[in-house]
Amino acid sequence: MQFSVLVEVTLRAGVADPQGATIERSLPALGFEGVRDVRVGKAIRFTIDAPDEATARSAVDDLCHRFLANPVIEDTTVTLREGAGVG
Amino acid sequence: MTARVGVVVFPGSNCEHDVIEALGLLGGDGSLLWHGDRSVGAVDAVVLPGGFAHGDYLRPGAIARFSPIMQAVGAFAADGGPVVGICNGFQVLTEAGLLPGALQKNRGLSFLCTTVDLRVDSRRSVLTEGVEADRILRIPINHFEGNYTCDEATLRRLEGDDRVILRYVDNPNGSMHDVAGICNEGGNVVGLMPHPERASDPLLGSSDGLVLLQSLLDAAGRGAARSLAG
Repeated sequence: MQFSVLVEVTLRAGVADPQGATIERSLPALGFEGVRDVRVGKAIRFTIDAPDEATARSAVDDLCHRFLANPVIEDTTVTLREGAGVG
Repeated sequence: MTARVGVVVFPGSNCEHDVIEALGLLGGDGSLLWHGDRSVGAVDAVVLPGGFAHGDYLRPGAIARFSPIMQAVGAFAADGGPVVGICNGFQVLTEAGLLPGALQKNRGLSFLCTTVDLRVDSRRSVLTEGVEADRILRIPINHFEGNYTCDEATLRRLEGDDRVILRYVDNPNGSMHDVAGICNEGGNVVGLMPHPERASDPLLGSSDGLVLLQSLLDAAGRGAARSLAG
């Protein structure tokens, strides 16, 4: 089976996010008021082959922990659905 | 006894020759190691130099930690061999789990290329054991991700065990508690963001990096003598 995967990597709560803070500070100058809690992360998309969804999830979790994110400063959110291609 | 120092070249490293040149000024024998090698060969110390290993893709050091030589570097470190990561090399050592914490983007989001004052805070490492405590060293920094961070418990442990070896006098990047360099429990694995090899001659503006490199060569020389005796 094939699963399309979206991994979102974000800085952990409490870790300073200078990119997010810079974006947030610049928004009022552009006329956007009331925007807060801006956090910048990464989105990583891929397709994985696995015999079933549980196996795919377990492999993706391992991949996130060992490679895609640094657990000292980052968290990951995984969205996984059956089928190739990503969206 | 001339200390032999292996300097690891990853695709994208760019300070390896500077390190070898600076070590050579002190009588050290530096040679290049390739990241694809599975052994560090017959060396008495290993340096992971600055640069942009594997393009810094994903995160600085994230891909370099999987380079074949890193297993050998880990084994060398576990045997007590001196391993020093400078700048990008420090990032590789944290990603590889050989040093705790992580280097995140500088506060203020500026790439910093300047010379700073560092205070020698602990002599408990192969890089600082030959330098007087509290001495101020003027050494260049050159980084975007040099803002050291770790959890509170790790920071307490590092400070309690005198493992913060260098601190910025005037913190340039937001690093926790002004940390510029740390070491592992054994003091043989060291990571620092500043570049001692770039402060190796008065013509470069400072030669304060030489005392750190001399300390490393002395530690490496002792290891060489030990292995001959063994």
